[in-house]
Amino acid sequence: MEAMLHITTLHYLVLGAALFLLGVIGVLTRRNVVIVLMSIELILNAVNLNLVAFSRYWQGMPGHLGGPGALHGQVFAIFVITDAAAEAAVGLGILIAFFRNKETVNVDEVNLLKW
Amino acid sequence: MGTLGFSATDYLLVLPITLLTLFALGILLIDLWIPPEEKWVNAVMALCGVAFSAAAIWNPFRPGILVYLEAHGFSGRPAMLNAMVVDRFAIYFWYLFLAATAIAILMSVRYLETEHENHGEYYALMLLSVAGMMCMAAGLDIVLIFIGLELMAISTYVLVGFLRRDRRSNEAALKYLLLGAFSSGIFAYGLSLFYGLTGSTNLAVIARELANNVLKSEYRPVAIVALLTTITGLLFKIAAIPFHQWAPDAYEGAPTSITGFMSVAVKAAGWAMLLRILILGLLPMRPIWVPLLVFVSIATMTGANFAALTQTNTKRLLAYSSIAHVGYMLLGLIAGTATQLSPDGIKGILIYLLVYTFMNLGAFAVITSLRHRNVIGDELDDLNGLYSRAPVEAVLMLVFMLSLAGIPPLAGFWGKYFIFLSLVSSGHYALASLGVFYSVFGLYYYLKIANAMFMGKVEKDGEKLPIGLTMRAAIALTGIATLYIGLLPNSFIELVNWALGIAQNPNVARLTH
Repeated sequence: MEAMLHITTLHYLVLGAALFLLGVIGVLTRRNVVIVLMSIELILNAVNLNLVAFSRYWQGMPGHLGGPGALHGQVFAIFVITDAAAEAAVGLGILIAFFRNKETVNVDEVNLLKW
Repeated sequence: MGTLGFSATDYLLVLPITLLTLFALGILLIDLWIPPEEKWVNAVMALCGVAFSAAAIWNPFRPGILVYLEAHGFSGRPAMLNAMVVDRFAIYFWYLFLAATAIAILMSVRYLETEHENHGEYYALMLLSVAGMMCMAAGLDIVLIFIGLELMAISTYVLVGFLRRDRRSNEAALKYLLLGAFSSGIFAYGLSLFYGLTGSTNLAVIARELANNVLKSEYRPVAIVALLTTITGLLFKIAAIPFHQWAPDAYEGAPTSITGFMSVAVKAAGWAMLLRILILGLLPMRPIWVPLLVFVSIATMTGANFAALTQTNTKRLLAYSSIAHVGYMLLGLIAGTATQLSPDGIKGILIYLLVYTFMNLGAFAVITSLRHRNVIGDELDDLNGLYSRAPVEAVLMLVFMLSLAGIPPLAGFWGKYFIFLSLVSSGHYALASLGVFYSVFGLYYYLKIANAMFMGKVEKDGEKLPIGLTMRAAIALTGIATLYIGLLPNSFIELVNWALGIAQNPNVARLTH
């Protein structure tokens, strides 16, 4: 019973992989730009989950790779969060510029440029 | 790893990056005081920023420092707690980015006035994206590489959409942002898996751990997944088929000066990152990534060359041509044995990037100069009769086109020469002949441009093309460089040899831990 309640690194990784796949499917299938942007956030959050889980895992490891060096994952996650925020800000800005000229947020109507 | 602190040397080594950032912020500030008709001051500031940054690069030609470093077994100088390494490879790319940026700034001055979008942010974002590129080229830590990549990419998204009132520009920016952010996410996922597998974010340690432990353990499949996602992200950034869809759209919709900037500087930065990661970090996985690159390279050369045939928009045509060039460059990484890189192949890639910077920027400078009054100037028909309207530019454009096609006495030939040579000497005869075949094939669409310029009927707008002074400087610089490298390549080959002297030496590993 106790063993069942124990959450291991693997659980986090499976959740991360699931989030990642959901994000990829979202980007590839959804037609609303705002939802596509949200799916991209989902991918970046999968990355964060991975990084923090791995960081936790390496902290518990003996040897030169464990210990303080294992905090790199946490630092990386903070950078990724910042990056996601910047990307969302620029993305919404571009979307507003686009919407002003075109009055749509549907990617199917992003169709001026094609071969 | 002793104390957690930066020394004065650290700050000196990253001074070029710091200066670029400071100048970018300075431009944003002084832009507020500059009246609309004197916005060229921003361009002067930006050029100063580039010049100061170039002057601040730890001068590799000054004897002493490198001799000292090499005598002490250093291959390059690690800085900022091993987050980056300022080696010859990085310095080579830093100069390359700065040269490309200077020329792109010269191209922009008149163009932005014509578009009525002459804002200081343009130059500030350009400098910031170069700061990001420098981090990518010098990055030893995947965190820094990722942040550099994002700094470059986010600045470029805005630059692509800089013509706010132009729907094509909006659309290009939106597409570029969505696909760029998507690929960054995939790339970061791969990096997070590598961190998990090896317990380090340092490329040198990742390489060591992969070779010694991970690839021999039961985690090998995870390493392969990590490789696939990472390499997908990398190939997205350099626009290789099948991850190229964003490139033609972004190139066509972006302001033409930014198209030129993206096609050389952003691409070179993508290559610097790809070479760093594949050569330094993932070399132990070479047997796995070589077959992937063979597939991607063949697909890229085939797809891009055929797609370029049917284009009627010059910017879009050159976008496909730049994708095709990625295909040739990838061949340089394939050359060599299953576990060993071919030095000639990497040399070919670096020379290719150098000459490509000048010839492609030159071509885009000529296209940018066609923009005047109500003429957008990016259709193939707009080139009609250019020879009678601007003879010098038309002749130089012909030089750029022949150079892009790889005709022997011109610069473009040397990049292809070393890459195909490395393929032949490592026994990849089929790939080498395919590359040569597509080079000849590409001549068709380059000559289509030449044909329009020299044979095309002059339209009613037959007057001389008004070309500004800065634009003339940009075209002249790129033209001279293309001819000079083509006719006297020795010193440039020496330069690349010099740049690779350290990058190929995986001694960076011993600096860490």
